[in-house]
Amino acid sequence: MDKTLKVLIIAMAVLVVIVPIGLLATGTAFGEWGPDELQQAVGFVPAGLQQLSDLWHPLLPDYDFPGGHETLPTQAPGYYISAIVGVLICAGVGYLVAKAIIRRTD
Amino acid sequence: MHIPDGYLGPTTFIIMYLIMIPIWLYAGYWVQKSLRSRQVPYLALAAAFSFVIMMFNVPVPGGSSGHAVGSALVAIILGPWAAVVTTSVALLIQCLLFGDGGVTAFGANCFNMGTVIPFVGYFIYKLISRTSPISSNLRIAAAAIGGYVGLSVAAGVAGFEMGIQPILEHTAAGVPLYMPYGLNVTVPAMLIEHMMFFSFVEAIVTALAFAYIARNSPEIIFDYKPENDTKASAGQGAAKA
Repeated sequence: MDKTLKVLIIAMAVLVVIVPIGLLATGTAFGEWGPDELQQAVGFVPAGLQQLSDLWHPLLPDYDFPGGHETLPTQAPGYYISAIVGVLICAGVGYLVAKAIIRRTD
Repeated sequence: MHIPDGYLGPTTFIIMYLIMIPIWLYAGYWVQKSLRSRQVPYLALAAAFSFVIMMFNVPVPGGSSGHAVGSALVAIILGPWAAVVTTSVALLIQCLLFGDGGVTAFGANCFNMGTVIPFVGYFIYKLISRTSPISSNLRIAAAAIGGYVGLSVAAGVAGFEMGIQPILEHTAAGVPLYMPYGLNVTVPAMLIEHMMFFSFVEAIVTALAFAYIARNSPEIIFDYKPENDTKASAGQGAAKA
């Protein structure tokens, strides 16, 4: 494996190790509020939004284990597992997709 | 910038899927035509990198938050079409496994973060860097500005998609069915938050990683032309000839 690839993989690993930094931001991003937050902000939940928002039930919603953790120490384990699982699956799927598409070896 | 399910009505999310289908197909074709098997690990790494960099939420005054996307960097290193593929992979996993970005809004999110950022970012980078040597400071600045402008424009586009919902989708009485805020709120909010905070993160990430790769392994960069560097070192006259 060439050196640059190795360094970039190490840099990725470092990003995973320090990923709880991302938990310091506790606010919801603009336009990503849950129905309850919208209820508070505008006083109602739009009907279509209410319907669609319940469409998909992901395995690890909000990069956390179930249980509605509110503090950084309780969120960190789920965040770590999410980062590791996500990075591995993205690399795996990315590898398979690229492998399937790319034919040139020159 | 991950639009969740429920913020875009059917008209918008179906159109965004329809726009993305030819983009995905051409991106696959371009990657097949232009990249080589030794670049496969870099594509895998790019998808993983996009995933993890988006987990670094940055708090902003007023209680909101956001993050960089990393797709301008991928566009500069592997090509904007390759960035469409790798960012779409990351967004798919985020959406399916973690509920970050909606299933219905997946097309829109792939357009905003997986298409607008790479193409705007790469265009700006090319415009500024021209034929300057690969590891020159100008080119590193070009990568930074590419990242900054790419993420900012994408934020404006995402704001536009959300802001047209009250016009497109409402009850007979005029009550919004999806995103309740109009363009006058969504576009400025998205633009200001990104241009003041998150786009700087994108710029720094893009510049740092680009500088490392350009200095150590420029041959990885998909449009790297070694002759530009030789010309530059041989003097300006040769470059103009």
